[in-house]
Amino acid sequence: MIPIELDSGNTAWILTSSALVLLMTPGLALFYGGMVRAKSVLNMMMMSFGALALVSILWVLYGYSFAFGNDIGYGVLGDPTEFIGLKGLMEDTDAALPAMAFVGFQAVFAIITVALISGAIADRAKFSTWMIFVGIWVSIVYFPVAHWVFDFTLTDENDVVTHTGGWIANNLAAIDFAGGTAVHINAGIAGLALAIVLGKRIGWRKDPMRPHNLTLVMLGAGLLWFGWFGFNAGSAVAANNTASVVWVNTLVATAAAALGWLITERFRDGHPTSLGAASGVVAGLVAITPACSSVSPIGAILVGAIAGVLCALAVGLKYKLGYDDSLDVVGVHLVGGLWGTLAIGLLATEDAPAGVSGLFYGGGVDQLWRQAVGALAVLLYSGILTLIIGFILQKTIGFRVSPDAEAEGVDSSEHAETGYDLGTLSATLRGMSFGAGSSRHDTDDDEPTGARANHDEEVTA
Amino acid sequence: MKLVTAIIKPHMLEEVKTALESFGIEGMTVSEASGFGRQRGHTEVYRGAEYTVDLVPKVRLEVLVDDEDAKDIIDVLVKSARTGRIGDGKVWSVPVDDIVRVRTGERGLDAL
Repeated sequence: MIPIELDSGNTAWILTSSALVLLMTPGLALFYGGMVRAKSVLNMMMMSFGALALVSILWVLYGYSFAFGNDIGYGVLGDPTEFIGLKGLMEDTDAALPAMAFVGFQAVFAIITVALISGAIADRAKFSTWMIFVGIWVSIVYFPVAHWVFDFTLTDENDVVTHTGGWIANNLAAIDFAGGTAVHINAGIAGLALAIVLGKRIGWRKDPMRPHNLTLVMLGAGLLWFGWFGFNAGSAVAANNTASVVWVNTLVATAAAALGWLITERFRDGHPTSLGAASGVVAGLVAITPACSSVSPIGAILVGAIAGVLCALAVGLKYKLGYDDSLDVVGVHLVGGLWGTLAIGLLATEDAPAGVSGLFYGGGVDQLWRQAVGALAVLLYSGILTLIIGFILQKTIGFRVSPDAEAEGVDSSEHAETGYDLGTLSATLRGMSFGAGSSRHDTDDDEPTGARANHDEEVTA
Repeated sequence: MKLVTAIIKPHMLEEVKTALESFGIEGMTVSEASGFGRQRGHTEVYRGAEYTVDLVPKVRLEVLVDDEDAKDIIDVLVKSARTGRIGDGKVWSVPVDDIVRVRTGERGLDAL
């Protein structure tokens, strides 16, 4: 037996990719945060940071074992006890890639998938319920689905199976390189389910709910794009040719999608917008995620361009169908994820690292139906379970803040903070003073006097 | 004494301020305002959702003046704030009963 040695190049790339993917979640916080109204920017960002904090810990406690433990049967779930608390994974085995590098890389996927959902319930969710939802959802929806899609069966040199993985990756052999099904379809349909459970925001389609800071949105889209090179090229789990092809495909698909979205806007609304460019970038990244190892760079341009147009049209669906998916998790992640997953069945080429041909490259419908089954399975599993989890939380501890809190803003009601204090007068006009207990909210018998009283009147007038 | 108020285009503020300073006024108050007159707002589109913006951003400029300067100051304001295009704004004056300088307690014309 040839001794396996640690491959420092691969290890360095996976550790780097993990950090890149981790940055996507703060990037998403900026992307989403800029899109909501100023009164909910902090809550929007906190939903991402909350997911970062909680999912990291659950992943170490049992999540990795649920997803990457040896299959318990039929490819549905990893053995929950095999790696509980990451037991046994600290040992230096001289494997080409240390187990912990892979643990870290997959942890950040779990985090961003949950964080993506939060865009559907902007401005109106109780933060405490969101955190409970994060814990439940990631445990019974994401961890199993990650096992289905990302856990590959391993064999030794004598073709003896040493580890059994999930059913979509192995039995069905659908291709999902970096998470079109496990991440984007999964989060997209969960977003739709929560938007339905929580209902529309007060004043939806009447009050202006335009993005309060598009520069944050652009910055967030830039960070997402940057981090996504770790997401996709890192999913090669090696610093090799596959990672390099994937890198280029991720670049051009995203570029094509930005152009596709902008052109759609130019003809439909008259102006190409910065929000359109940022949204196109994300739509392209979503669509190329599953397909980046199986299409050529020309194929990637097609996947991206079509994603840009398709998602730009899809974000209008909520107005027709009447669900308040506030930041278009459905229009961008569900639609983009479905398109990218199915596009493999159409545009995959044997020359690409995955080595499979799609319908347009003479491969018939064999890969296409596998893709469709994988997509549909995740769609149904996640959609139904999220509806149930959301509905139970709504009926028991409540998922939505009170109408008063919603009008005042969830930053204030959920976090006792406000995002901005712009201008020299604002603190004075809000009657703000330093120190606890001096505010009129805290003391009933404190009669406002003098200048303070005048300011209070100005504010409430 | 009179209070002269001007609603002007925000980008004309610098020019109007310079003209008023050359005329020799001693002080002014400037605040942000929004509203509409003959100039109406515009439309913005975010991810295909259209928003109508009815109110146009303006600057409100206020000067307290002696009765005999009021007409000249209004002329200076109108001349310096004019671009000739719709939305240039309005200028008006109203009589003022009393003025007090807070620091010294001086009243009336002495407080100007």
